[in-house]
Amino acid sequence: MSGIPHDHYEPKTGGEKWVHKRLPIVGLVYDTLMIPTPKNLNWWWIWGIVLAYCLVHMIVTGIVLVMHYTPHVDYAFASVEHIMRDVNGGHFIRYMHANGASLFFFAVYIHIFRGLFFGSYKAPREITWIVGMIIYLLMMATGFMGYVLPWGQMSFWGATVITGLFGAIPFIGEPIQMWLLGGPAVDNATLNRFFSLHYLLPFVIAGLVIVHIWAFHNTGNNNPTGVDVRTGSKEEAKKDTLPFWPYFVIKDVFALAVVLAVFFAIVGFMPNYLGHPDNYIMANPLATPAHIVPEWYFLPFYAILRAFTADVWLVQLVSFFTGGIVDAKFFGVVAMFGAIAVMALVPWLDTSSVRSGRYRPVFKWFFVVLVIDFLGLMWVGSQTPTTFTSWFSLIASAYWFGYFLVILPLLGLIEKPLTPPATIEDDFISHYPDAAKAPAE
Amino acid sequence: MIKKLTLSALAALVLSVGSAAAAESEAHIHDVDFSFEGPFGKFDQFQLQRGLQVYTEVCSACHGMKFVPIRTIGDAGGPGLPEDQVRAFASNWEVWDPELRDTRTALANDHFPESALPNAPDLSLMAKARAGFHGPFGLGINQFVKGIGGPEYITNLLTAYTGETTEMAGTTLYENPVFASGYIAMTPPLSEDIVEYADGTPATVEQMAEDVSAFLMWAAEPKMMARKQAGFVGVTFLALLAVLLYLTNKRLWAPHKGKEQH
Repeated sequence: MSGIPHDHYEPKTGGEKWVHKRLPIVGLVYDTLMIPTPKNLNWWWIWGIVLAYCLVHMIVTGIVLVMHYTPHVDYAFASVEHIMRDVNGGHFIRYMHANGASLFFFAVYIHIFRGLFFGSYKAPREITWIVGMIIYLLMMATGFMGYVLPWGQMSFWGATVITGLFGAIPFIGEPIQMWLLGGPAVDNATLNRFFSLHYLLPFVIAGLVIVHIWAFHNTGNNNPTGVDVRTGSKEEAKKDTLPFWPYFVIKDVFALAVVLAVFFAIVGFMPNYLGHPDNYIMANPLATPAHIVPEWYFLPFYAILRAFTADVWLVQLVSFFTGGIVDAKFFGVVAMFGAIAVMALVPWLDTSSVRSGRYRPVFKWFFVVLVIDFLGLMWVGSQTPTTFTSWFSLIASAYWFGYFLVILPLLGLIEKPLTPPATIEDDFISHYPDAAKAPAE
Repeated sequence: MIKKLTLSALAALVLSVGSAAAAESEAHIHDVDFSFEGPFGKFDQFQLQRGLQVYTEVCSACHGMKFVPIRTIGDAGGPGLPEDQVRAFASNWEVWDPELRDTRTALANDHFPESALPNAPDLSLMAKARAGFHGPFGLGINQFVKGIGGPEYITNLLTAYTGETTEMAGTTLYENPVFASGYIAMTPPLSEDIVEYADGTPATVEQMAEDVSAFLMWAAEPKMMARKQAGFVGVTFLALLAVLLYLTNKRLWAPHKGKEQH
């Protein structure tokens, strides 16, 4: 890994040298684990490990579930019940997998908002950010398709609604929708391809996670001050950093244990808390549930999708100028994907010269409102539409776009930031005054 | 300051609207204090046996339980009938055998039959397919202590008949405020002493409704007790691990934070 100067792996014995010359795999693992990490990382930096754990957790529990699951419309629901009743430990493995998805998204949202606050997306970490956003999109696709597999009522009708979004694209929408479904409606072909892709995509995610880690190992971690590690010499760098192993591994694994204790409490004591009762009714194409609600982690974007109805003047205006090609439905779809796209483009939308939100007095407040806005959208996405909720979701959607497209570009030019500390060491000492007199290692 | 005020006003608005919405949908379902609620709740074996009796003698006339294997009524953490009784119980049922292309007497390994009436929903998962509680603020956090409210929904439904009927497209519908549309096709199934409990418990409508709801909760979630146990073990060991890792982490970082080592 380039970037921060540090000690690299040196093969010592004859055997080590023999292997290293042929395949420097020990060196790769050593350098990955011993990467110099800013020593002032706070507790918001633990979610990366939680996410890595989640991916492994989902793949391992998922592989076991596949051994007992049948991807066929006539048997899928019954095979899930077989897992819940007859397979040894099957009920717990299934609940771990189902709730694991929620833990995965919970962690990824904190991870993303941490990046948004501390400016982790800014140069030179744009590629890390973009790869992260692709991982997030793939997670959403995987989560959505996984929810279809139990073949309950929400599985079926959720699949119908979501694939219907693609059908809203003018001209080519309907062929695309049919291609996704493998037929004119959600049926056995849909279930089979979703099963296939639900198994495939996690491994694509795993590959991208390696790229994600590679990218930020190359630039070095961001940190709460946003100040770069001094790279003038090894000694200087050592004052700002500590190796990932053991300092951050132990810290992160401690945090992971706390998170997992809460996770096991949910799996053990209220495993259906985040699910929907309707999904314990087998899919029935002839009976539409009263409310079709996506999983909680899709709700903010679902709210944005629903916000732009045909009576919004902006939608009418766009519809008028495009001769009706862009109708309310398509507008909503564009808005929903656009909401994620603006987040992905944030490295080029934020004009501030200061990286960390800690030293941006005005930005801080806009950021707090963004977090509340996100939670508000999540709440409104779960509600049945009323006059109040349609106004609320419209305003909240407007703020989401406004934050990325107007506030961030302008604020960077107007705002007077505070001066960040000169070095990471200074920041660390300001937290731990005794660290100054600590013997350097 | 103005921003702060706006924020708290916004939060207050969100919360009040949420509670209003939640209150509206929860008005009908009253809580029943079932033995299996909460992190340490357990099924009452005798209640499950009574519920099984109500299901067998009343509900099964129309409703099936096709996902539940008959043998599981002998499982620990369930009704827990002894093996010979399970076998005797199984022989009371007729099931369809696709290989014989005919019905035959059920064995313990067979599942309960499907619904006898085509429009009577299967009851295997009914207690998980309905939610009585959504609060507070529609967040459903009360599941942790009260459960999701599925069994409560069933108890309430079975006891909420008003006695009024109406006719729709030639079918008689019975007024029941717990049912979503207010009128249900199911005739009031329970009446005083419709079953005679072997253990001498008075068979009131309330009693039978609660017993069969508890039984259906078990039918929907037969591994509930094993799950709670596993969850408890998991939480305990992870908490222990967290304490050890906390101390390790503290000690590891102490020299770099200039703190004394303990």
